[in-house]
Amino acid sequence: MRKKFQSITSKINTIAAILILLIIWQTVSALGIVPGYMLPSPVQVVKAFIQEFPLLMENAKVTLLEAFIGLACGVSFGFVMAVLMDRFEVLYKAFYPLVVLTQTIPTVAVAPLLVLWFGYEMLPKIILIVIATFFPVTVGVLDGFRSADKDTMNLLRSMGASEFQIFRYVKLPGSMGQFFASLRISVAYSVVGAVISEWLGGFSGLGVYMTRVKKAFSFDKMFAVIFLISLISLLLMKLVDFLQKKCMPWEDTKNE
Amino acid sequence: MSELIVKNVSKSFDGRKIIQNVNVTLHEGELVCLLGVSGGGKTTLFNVISGLTIPDEGQVFLDGEEITGKPGKISYMLQKDLLLPYRTIEDNVALPLVIKGMSKKEARKQAAPYFAEFGLEGTEKKYPRQLSGGMRQRAALMRTYMFSRNVALLDEPFSALDTITKSSMHTWYLNIMEQIHLSTLFITHDIDEAILLSDRIYLLTGKPGEITQEIVIREPKPRRADFNLTEEFLQYKRLILEKIG
Repeated sequence: MRKKFQSITSKINTIAAILILLIIWQTVSALGIVPGYMLPSPVQVVKAFIQEFPLLMENAKVTLLEAFIGLACGVSFGFVMAVLMDRFEVLYKAFYPLVVLTQTIPTVAVAPLLVLWFGYEMLPKIILIVIATFFPVTVGVLDGFRSADKDTMNLLRSMGASEFQIFRYVKLPGSMGQFFASLRISVAYSVVGAVISEWLGGFSGLGVYMTRVKKAFSFDKMFAVIFLISLISLLLMKLVDFLQKKCMPWEDTKNE
Repeated sequence: MSELIVKNVSKSFDGRKIIQNVNVTLHEGELVCLLGVSGGGKTTLFNVISGLTIPDEGQVFLDGEEITGKPGKISYMLQKDLLLPYRTIEDNVALPLVIKGMSKKEARKQAAPYFAEFGLEGTEKKYPRQLSGGMRQRAALMRTYMFSRNVALLDEPFSALDTITKSSMHTWYLNIMEQIHLSTLFITHDIDEAILLSDRIYLLTGKPGEITQEIVIREPKPRRADFNLTEEFLQYKRLILEKIG
């Protein structure tokens, strides 16, 4: 009860902060302190959002499709990498530094190359998303596997469990918390990755839409699309939270 | 019949001898205690018995069959309950059967009748974190029992519990042992606990650890409620302290 009350009050604080920011923004624009073509007012942004809604949805569909395919491939690939690196120490030693290295390459820098190699269709975009999303999963899940309790594994061994059974009953369920934490990050990366790759070449998608309205200096539409992208990321992250709750019912139980 | 024999077992790690020439016998229905200071090789000996560690010398027999270095014959229970937090109690205790190749459904069915005996009725669908420390230890013991019906190895199973819970667990354990015809080899560093529960006590002392003394507790079971307040109890304690010190 108390907890619920606390979460409501903390939400009230957040909402209040957002409202205050919006009011300041609206005032600044309305008083003409910053010219309208440089910073549209919140009301203008909402208007643009409503006006452009059908077009935004059409482009969002493309971006979401890319993000989903990329995310699915990236997460599966990341998961398989983690399993293999956990199972075979040699692979861990050989590939772990490489995996870390891939993350030091800025995705924006790779994107033009991918466009050069794979064209303007979907493939380069999906490859970029895979590069961006597999890493958190590999590192998170591998960490989960490796932090499995030694005593528990020994106990199962004493019961005659095979390595596969130990993996299935101890390591795999034990790493689910980390898996979902990584997935939450990867989901956000996948949307951002899709948009970035669309900037650099493509025929439709929110990134393409963004470049188009930027060139037209329609900053109200620009803000509308930014708002939409963060809304999509937020919703997807909530979806991951929901999935986690469904998949890990024991986390929800209280001590009695 | 179930009888566990440990014969002339020695084990070194990194050139340092941990246990030397250890002989232990556990007869059916007995509770035998290994009493010794921490770091004296008790846990090494347990790992040898459960088959996780292969001894440098010596053998382990269960009912006449050699089980040296063969896991999957005798399971154990530790101070930590090691219940899997993401499995319900029912699935935790049934796990050994699933590992042996039984289907989940069949394993649950096999485990079901024992919940009452172990005082765990109503916890089937709960997760370990919903239970108290004492209840979790019961579940851990039940899991050990589901694995190997006859012999239980317990490594300081009650030492993490508070004194009152511990004392009620002692009574409970002696009772349940009687009911399910369990033989127990018990590790502890708690002298009172050893005298209170055991039929026989092996003192494991020195470095490397050797069994220097075998003490038989001649007090009929079930033990009187105030056994630990009697003169006999104190005599045993005095004797052990002398030998250990």
